[in-house]
Amino acid sequence: MRINSAAHVRVGSFAGRFLSAATVVWLAATFTFLVQCLMPGDRAQIIINIASGNVGEAPPAELAAVNAKYGFDQPLVLQYAKYLWGVLHGDLGLSYQQHRPVIDIIAEQIGPTVILASTALIAAWVIAVLTTVLVAGRDNMWSTLLSGVQVFLATVPPYWLATILLVVFAVQLRIFPVIGGNSLIGLVLPTIALALELSGFLGQVVRSEFTRVLEQPFVMSARARGMGELGVRFRHVLRHAALPGITLSGWAIGKLLSGAILIEAVFARQGLGGVLVAATSSRDVPVVSGAILISAGLFAVTSMLVDLTYRIVDPRIKMT
Amino acid sequence: MRGVSFSLQAGRCLAIVGGSGSGKSVTSRAIVGLAGRRAHVHARQLTFAGTDLTTLNDRSWRRVRGKEIGFVLQDALVALDPLRQVGKEIGEALRLHGAVASSEELERRVVALLELVGVPEAEIKARQLPHQLSGGQRQRALIAAALALDPRILIADEPTTALDVTVQAQVLGLLEETKVRGKALLLISHDLAVVSRIADEVLVMHEGKVVERGSADQVFQDPQHPYTRQLLDAVPSARPRASRHSFLPAARPKLQSRSWEQLPSTFPSVVLSAAKLVKRFKGPDGVLRTAVDGVSFELRSGETLGVVGESGSGKSTMARMALALDLPDEGAVLFQGRAWTTLAERDRRARRRAISVIYQDPLSSFDPRWSVGHIISDSLASDVESKGERYDRVVQLLDLVGLSPALLDRRPLELSGGQRQRVAIARAIAPRPAVIVCDEPVSALDVLIQAQVLDLLTDLKAHLNISYIFISHDLGVVRQLSDRVMVMRQGCVVETGTRDEIFLNPRTDYTQRLLAAVPRLERGGAANRSFSRV
Repeated sequence: MRINSAAHVRVGSFAGRFLSAATVVWLAATFTFLVQCLMPGDRAQIIINIASGNVGEAPPAELAAVNAKYGFDQPLVLQYAKYLWGVLHGDLGLSYQQHRPVIDIIAEQIGPTVILASTALIAAWVIAVLTTVLVAGRDNMWSTLLSGVQVFLATVPPYWLATILLVVFAVQLRIFPVIGGNSLIGLVLPTIALALELSGFLGQVVRSEFTRVLEQPFVMSARARGMGELGVRFRHVLRHAALPGITLSGWAIGKLLSGAILIEAVFARQGLGGVLVAATSSRDVPVVSGAILISAGLFAVTSMLVDLTYRIVDPRIKMT
Repeated sequence: MRGVSFSLQAGRCLAIVGGSGSGKSVTSRAIVGLAGRRAHVHARQLTFAGTDLTTLNDRSWRRVRGKEIGFVLQDALVALDPLRQVGKEIGEALRLHGAVASSEELERRVVALLELVGVPEAEIKARQLPHQLSGGQRQRALIAAALALDPRILIADEPTTALDVTVQAQVLGLLEETKVRGKALLLISHDLAVVSRIADEVLVMHEGKVVERGSADQVFQDPQHPYTRQLLDAVPSARPRASRHSFLPAARPKLQSRSWEQLPSTFPSVVLSAAKLVKRFKGPDGVLRTAVDGVSFELRSGETLGVVGESGSGKSTMARMALALDLPDEGAVLFQGRAWTTLAERDRRARRRAISVIYQDPLSSFDPRWSVGHIISDSLASDVESKGERYDRVVQLLDLVGLSPALLDRRPLELSGGQRQRVAIARAIAPRPAVIVCDEPVSALDVLIQAQVLDLLTDLKAHLNISYIFISHDLGVVRQLSDRVMVMRQGCVVETGTRDEIFLNPRTDYTQRLLAAVPRLERGGAANRSFSRV
């Protein structure tokens, strides 16, 4: 009976998490829809101008034809319903510029961006954890140096770092390719450029918690059982210290996705960045809206993953 | 600490006693080489079974720790890793020292260890997290972890401080048993009653130095050093205490001043009464649990009602309902003859000043950024208008609780534990309440400070005509202060009576058991005592 009710609570909590994630995506969809409708300038006019390359008033007959084709002449509520229906079926509308489904355009480009963001997140964690475990809480020069470096990394703009890395390692030393394409070796510099800033943030948070936990009585207990320094650090302290870092990761993923767009530009990588830049400059609203919507979805999913990870690391958390 | 020397023998218990800050814990940590990075340990000689420990490097130290010397820290809730299963913690020493071949064997040994220390449902408990175990079970688990490799020495640093009397008695029994099994036991405690039960030899420390040493008989029967005598005298045992420990003179002329005119004493009128209080809480598993189940009591003007019971008996929940911080699900509290818990908060607010509270840990009930003056002034009755008058009143209150006005600008963190509790008392009496609820007010203090605070509470009651609801798991303390006593268990009142009825002539089995579990200061010495096996 008790076990059942506990399981019930757990299922309910997951449903709740999913519902809130879905709400986020729905709000993002509504927002992008409103942006498309309420933006200054007639949409039909924009489409015609993009297609013809002309600037100026189009004849009313032409406008009416475009309005009819895209359904702009229908009531707003109907348009909204159709838009949501489309989103639910993976239809994000047609690109004004390329006259292709937005979903296809994004699908072609999103892979490299997601790969870059994920590898950067992993790299940032590896850097933060290794430096922390090896150096934190020791009264020596390295500890002081590390915290200085972390502050520096956390404040340096990644695109500047990217440029420096590109010039030093690709142009001067020729260790890595200048334009990596989608190859593995080409991923190294962009990943580092994107990860270093985050590793500074993460490192600071993890290190301060790590130092605090090192002084806790249960650490003394573990030492009194004969556990060595590395064992204490990896088996006991790191788990506690990782918790604030995990919380931070949810925010970091959003930051990495937007950061990736700049890095892609610097390294001329394929990815969502190029698409977004082109779409924004040509006012290709459906593509921009689609990208926003997809990012919101990614963000909602990763937030759920972060939440789940936190619960695994800290089993004290009850499903609420 | 400096100049501390002693030797431990198998099958014997050496106790180090002293007030907080006397250097007891540092000494015990120095023995396992864990005094901390900022500590400098110099030992002329530190040998264990012929090995000179001062020459050990880090690797060799690790072979000694856990395997030869087991260490039990105070407060198992923080001494066990809160994120790991209890069984993993216990098995850690086994794994580290390569004592088990397989994970099945590890699991079996862990369960056996938990059974050895008397934890019920050992297999289930091994898979739970520390916070899911009761206080006593946690402490047992911690001892099990220290005993895992059957070390020859067991060091226990305040192993029973956080526990209530019945659990304390069980844990002491367990330690006694390990001693009987031939282990050398080093016990660190500020509680002489605990020490007197199992120690063979006693070392009294004060400000980092050993002030007295000798066999338990010697130290307890014929204490030489004044500090030892003071410690012994301060123990609130179940016998009446002869001397006072307060720095305050018994009579305080200032109390007669105009502003502290006594309320007309209407003893024995009832000032607060509770009828059939019931409070239920929803547990983490969603199951309703009854914390307080049909509790009724009356508190008369100028009286102290002691409330005793084990942890989880509903004492604090009852107190929160008396304060109307929690509202009862059934039943009601009447305060000063009028409705109290049934009122809307808005109607209650004006009368809230007539009932105050003193908590166990004043530090967490103070705003750390406020000065002492600010804290007390904030609680003054609202009729004190002018700034000068408020200041005078705060100084007067500080004087009343035996604190110097020099502390006015200090922050809570800059005060000692005893000073903090005095500030908490000053804050509680500032609005001139009729009732003060004291929830374990001295449990966090060492014996000497505890005795002083208890004296202060007694004085204030006599002079200000306050009624106390005095909650404690320490029966000695309750006996010292209470006029009447209420014994609670699992949310119900087991027995109510005058102090002497309860302590001299308990009617129920439960009260008798509770009284029997109180560790008394045994002056007979360890040799005369029989070891009760648990």
